[in-house]
Amino acid sequence: MTIKIEASRLEQTKWHEYALRFVPGGIITVIAGLIARKWGPGIGGLFLAFPAIFPASATLIEKHERQKKEKKGLHGEERGTDAAAIDALGAAMGSVGLVAFAGICGWLIPKYPVPLALGGATVAWLLVSLSIWIVRQRRRRLLR
Amino acid sequence: MTDALARFLIGGLVVSAFATVGGLFKPTSFAGLFGAAPSVALATLALAISKDGKVFAGTECRSMMAGAAALCVYSFLVSQLLRRFRLSTLIATLAGMPLWFLAAFGLWRSFLK
Repeated sequence: MTIKIEASRLEQTKWHEYALRFVPGGIITVIAGLIARKWGPGIGGLFLAFPAIFPASATLIEKHERQKKEKKGLHGEERGTDAAAIDALGAAMGSVGLVAFAGICGWLIPKYPVPLALGGATVAWLLVSLSIWIVRQRRRRLLR
Repeated sequence: MTDALARFLIGGLVVSAFATVGGLFKPTSFAGLFGAAPSVALATLALAISKDGKVFAGTECRSMMAGAAALCVYSFLVSQLLRRFRLSTLIATLAGMPLWFLAAFGLWRSFLK
């Protein structure tokens, strides 16, 4: 399956839906900082991978998919739940990339300038996540 | 106060940017990868390095590995709750939260403390 970019999805998103991601994202960043200050970086670091915006994002995906199908006169509820389930599975694959991000970031930060360390770790996240996604797609195609 | 406001704005912007970029992609399983993007980490680590130094940020990264592994377990559980039990998305995502805490703190205590 090929990866496509659908710019029309931007029009589908309303301003309050952007706020639904912005506000929890901002709040968890503040909370992660406060936790690290109070209980130390060992505990604070855990919250850098807390699924703060996951409920809002998954609910929006379900809603958009449901609305899209209902416009075509189909049962949107089932398709909406399926879309949210597939999205969550994608996040599970992305999480493996996030483990790589954390490991590589911890290794690069003491040795290299900050932009290079964070940039390099982000590229590692993308490569690991993408590789797992491609392997899963190929495996599914073989099993069909 | 200024520090908290800066964290809120930077964190909100980075998280929204990753979520918006992820939402542009198709298929949904690929877009889902962005649900585990290092958005909060990028905002927090950049601020942590500038304020508390590289050793502090390095320790955060080490612990983040446990948090990210817990996110993997959490996301997989949510996916199964939705597929097998057809729960509402909001209920499934909230019901899985205790598992994230259990997995994250369990891994941290077992391997990193």
